[in-house]
Amino acid sequence: MIESRPLATMISHAILLLGVAIIAFPVWITFVAATHDAVRVTQVPFPLLPSDQLLVNLKATLFATQDSSLDLPIGLMMLNSLVMALTIALGKISISLLSAFAIVYFRFPFRMFFFWMIFITLMLPVEVRILPTYEVVARLNMLNSYWGLTIPLIASATATFLFRQTFLTIPDELLEAARMDGAGPMRFFFDILLPMSRTSIAALFVILFIFGWNQYLWPLLITTDESMYTIVMGIKNLLETAEGDPQWHIIMTTALLAMLPPILIVLLMQKLFVTGLIEAEK
Amino acid sequence: MLKRVHFGPSWLPYALVLPQVAITIVFFLWPAGQSIYQSFLIQDPFGLSTEFVFLENYEMLFDDELYYDTFGRTFFFSIFVASFSLGIALLLAAMADNVIKGSVTYRTMLIWPYAVAPAIAGALWVFMFDPTLGVITHFLDKFDWDWNHKLNGGEAMALVIMAATWKQISYNFLFFLAAMQSIPKSLIEAAAIDGASPSRRFWSIIFPLITPTTFFLLVVNLVYAFFETFGIIHVVTGGGPAKSTEILVYKAYNDGFIGLDLGSSAAQSTILMAMVVIITVIQFRFIERRVDYQ
Repeated sequence: MIESRPLATMISHAILLLGVAIIAFPVWITFVAATHDAVRVTQVPFPLLPSDQLLVNLKATLFATQDSSLDLPIGLMMLNSLVMALTIALGKISISLLSAFAIVYFRFPFRMFFFWMIFITLMLPVEVRILPTYEVVARLNMLNSYWGLTIPLIASATATFLFRQTFLTIPDELLEAARMDGAGPMRFFFDILLPMSRTSIAALFVILFIFGWNQYLWPLLITTDESMYTIVMGIKNLLETAEGDPQWHIIMTTALLAMLPPILIVLLMQKLFVTGLIEAEK
Repeated sequence: MLKRVHFGPSWLPYALVLPQVAITIVFFLWPAGQSIYQSFLIQDPFGLSTEFVFLENYEMLFDDELYYDTFGRTFFFSIFVASFSLGIALLLAAMADNVIKGSVTYRTMLIWPYAVAPAIAGALWVFMFDPTLGVITHFLDKFDWDWNHKLNGGEAMALVIMAATWKQISYNFLFFLAAMQSIPKSLIEAAAIDGASPSRRFWSIIFPLITPTTFFLLVVNLVYAFFETFGIIHVVTGGGPAKSTEILVYKAYNDGFIGLDLGSSAAQSTILMAMVVIITVIQFRFIERRVDYQ
């Protein structure tokens, strides 16, 4: 604000607060539902203030104790989600670092051909090629395994582009100096490129972790064995079995648990997340 | 593209690109090729007989009025999601750019829905609008509005639009705010000295200067509404009632995995891929132009 306009500032704050309230409302309701017992949640009007059942519900949901009527503890699904998110994030980062290094720092036949082959994956989101990809994974016997859950999602043009851009900003003199000192390509990669790309790697990790954790359609198709379910797809099964006798307090506690890790990462690593997101889209 | 100083040819670069290229071929190019190939076939659900029919699957799709309905529904849904989430995010970003204190705090409080999975966002909204015990349904009841998205197609569509918009606002807000804060303050100050009011400054200076961001976000939002909202629709309505919320991606999934009409599903996937290619090309041409301006 350039000049002092108290009224305009107050209106701005009022609109922002209203926006925050509307954005936060669904999550508040979820939290409130997770703090009430089964009986109170199903009575109208729905309570707007939390009660004291949060720990009881958390325990029932995470470990599937008897009063939650869950077939499978949600804690196990969270573990699957964690493995999937970490594998996708770390896998994408590793293979993209390597391919970006090759494309930026080496002259070799078919270099542009490989570049375009990676580029084209940008145009093929998993949603548009689900059925054939499913058939490929089934043929490779990777259904109901962590491999099947993660590897088809690991190739990423976005990460390769981001690293390519990071590498292009690194001064040529560094490579000249490294070569003069007798460093080979891999030595240069590990001792100079990797440390210099730390920020990009961390920022990308935040975004890819969220991407991996939030996968829905793919785990839904790949996993038929309950022990491989992830928490985000598990919510659908809970809602389906809820048709007759809704266990809303358990469903909403599950939703809360499914949101918590990615939201925490966004809030704790906000600066990295914001730079990462804006850089990745350039 | 290539560094001026670089390493010469050897086997090493091939080894370095191998993991990514291998995964790309096995899980991207092969399935995409399969999808195109299958779209020329008619297969019975058990895979016992296969007949090559060339374009018949496409002809059947384009003869099918229901497919056109799905197209229309997808555009309706996407345009509403994109315009609501862009409009609300633009308003909030302009306000956050306006206040001297607290714009970072507001950013913190507005960006986290980005981290919520679409399917979970769907569960949250389904709970609030549950026909018997939802908190908002109860509120609407006071105005004699008997909300039931399980029976009323229009209300089901409204619900998925709301859930999809809610999730996308934070992403748009972040980009709008970053674009607004990168505008040099001297421009705004000069306009203020010339006596331009805040709203005049917004519409004649800020809004034109963030046009590139707005166009970019428009493309991203349309892609989001087309493809990434699958989770929301699957959880909230399952495409129903009576297909009133079935968008293109959902139909391709439903015909392939539930209806087992593999040829038609593959043809639909191929059409979707063509659409993504067109969108990506538009986006890249636009990004090229943005680089030129700088």
